Amino acid sequence: MRQVKSEVLFNRKVISGCFVMGLYCPEIARSAEPGQFVHLRVEDREEPLLRRPFSIYRVENEKIEILYKVVGRGTKILSRKRRGEKIDLLGPLGKGFKIDSTVKRLILVAGGVGVAPLYFLTSRWAIAKMREVIVFLGAESKERLLCEEEFKGLGTKVKVATENGSRGFKGLISDLFAKWLSSGQLLSESLICACGPLPMLRKIASLSKRSKAVCYVSLEQRMGCGIGACRGCIIRGKNGYLRVCKDGPVFNAQDIDWNWMP
Amino acid sequence: MNGLPDLRVKLGKLELKNPVLVASGTFGYGEEYAELIDLNKLGGIMTKAVTLRPKEGNPPPRLVEVPCGLLNAIGLENPGLEVFIREKLSFLRKFDTKIIVNIAGEKEDDYLQIAKRLSKENGVDALEVNISCPNVKEGGLSFGTDPKVIYLLVKRLKEVCGLPLILKLTPNVTDIKEVAKAAEEGGADILSLVNTVLAMAVDVDTQRPKLGNIVGGLSGPAIRPIAVRMVWEVSGAVNIPIIGMGGIMKAEDALEFVIAGASAVAVGTANFVDPRTPLKVIEGIGRYLKDKGIDSFASLVGSLKVQR
Repeated sequence: MRQVKSEVLFNRKVISGCFVMGLYCPEIARSAEPGQFVHLRVEDREEPLLRRPFSIYRVENEKIEILYKVVGRGTKILSRKRRGEKIDLLGPLGKGFKIDSTVKRLILVAGGVGVAPLYFLTSRWAIAKMREVIVFLGAESKERLLCEEEFKGLGTKVKVATENGSRGFKGLISDLFAKWLSSGQLLSESLICACGPLPMLRKIASLSKRSKAVCYVSLEQRMGCGIGACRGCIIRGKNGYLRVCKDGPVFNAQDIDWNWMP
Repeated sequence: MNGLPDLRVKLGKLELKNPVLVASGTFGYGEEYAELIDLNKLGGIMTKAVTLRPKEGNPPPRLVEVPCGLLNAIGLENPGLEVFIREKLSFLRKFDTKIIVNIAGEKEDDYLQIAKRLSKENGVDALEVNISCPNVKEGGLSFGTDPKVIYLLVKRLKEVCGLPLILKLTPNVTDIKEVAKAAEEGGADILSLVNTVLAMAVDVDTQRPKLGNIVGGLSGPAIRPIAVRMVWEVSGAVNIPIIGMGGIMKAEDALEFVIAGASAVAVGTANFVDPRTPLKVIEGIGRYLKDKGIDSFASLVGSLKVQR
């Protein structure tokens, strides 16, 4: 974990309301693991006050990238940053995806900007280990679909669902995933990893449990310190509260008490 | 003037290498921050509150960002006194800084038991008595608003514990001077001003409170002027030193508290925003003294110039 002043290398709109920002931060880039995040101060001011957490989306040499959607004051300010500006970063933070050597297949389920940590995971895993990866990508429409080509470029199988049916399966990504599961295509030695909106994660977790498959989810929560000290970002686990910033953001879905999730 | 200004400060029996501490609840037990800054440089660490038994804390959501501030309702989540001593205190002891343990209870006896136990431990330099947490149902704030209750609690704590006692006061009272005087009469050595301001935020889409606990404590720059005013009022009413806190983000903010009457300051919410804040504040105070030609920090305390 480091605190660094990082230079913005680029800040590009990828679809309406979503941006990819490249940041020069060799120390963080070197040690980042898939599923970890950076806690970023959008401006050196008292308003907005707190840092904002973002999953690491790509790492290349001395650079990291984040993929973010403009949802509030912080991300709006972020979207206006230009090349050459400096941003204060804390990272890499949290526990990422722990994948043991018995896993032969990764089944990834991504909703919206939830692709970010899963893309990083795939880029590390698929290439290095030459193992199979199947990606379920969901979005509202064809126009809002993220990373389809990038995933294909890594040699993964991509299955797409859009809510309006403009591309791939018409419906939610969790419905497509359920259909795929029920067709008996989930082989043993598979690990399911999901990131996206909470209702989606809840469904994926429950479907995985029914199929007796291990499922990791990457969760989001409003954070204070981002390093485990303030205990502000907790969720209810099976054995008490868990900090999303330090015990997560990646959790085994079985360790979470889903009845307590909002 | 040559060399660095003298930043040492004496708060009664408690001597600090510099007047900048980190506030309880914003620094955990130091473990996380030790990876980011040199804890040896701090004037002192005020730990996250410790209760007799482990405390799970409040249901989420526990945090809401508001304009220039942070609303929290953590609910004193902590591993309890024994785990604190075994795991957290043993870690903190390794650093050359003052360790001030923040203690909280649901009833008077809880405070007495914790104080007794901690006074036997090595490495505790002072206790900060939390009688002002707005986020727990029993105790906490209810202790902090009644001068008679405070007087008796402090008096009994002094009987069982020889450590310097710091009383952390709540701003959620009509007249903080009354509460401060009661603490002083009971035998408090130092006062911490202020804890968070009781506050609330509503989600208009869902018509629900934004915090799991419905209400919470407001901290950050939003409360700084309130805290400075209270330090000013209390410094004129008591003769014991004050540690000022509430929204300190930079050295100038800390200096406001000092000039208003605080003998030391604590950085709180800013630790979340920039973990280097306490170090920057220490440097900034030194620079200010040098620039102004003031040779000791102590002479700045309560130096507010008022035309009467």
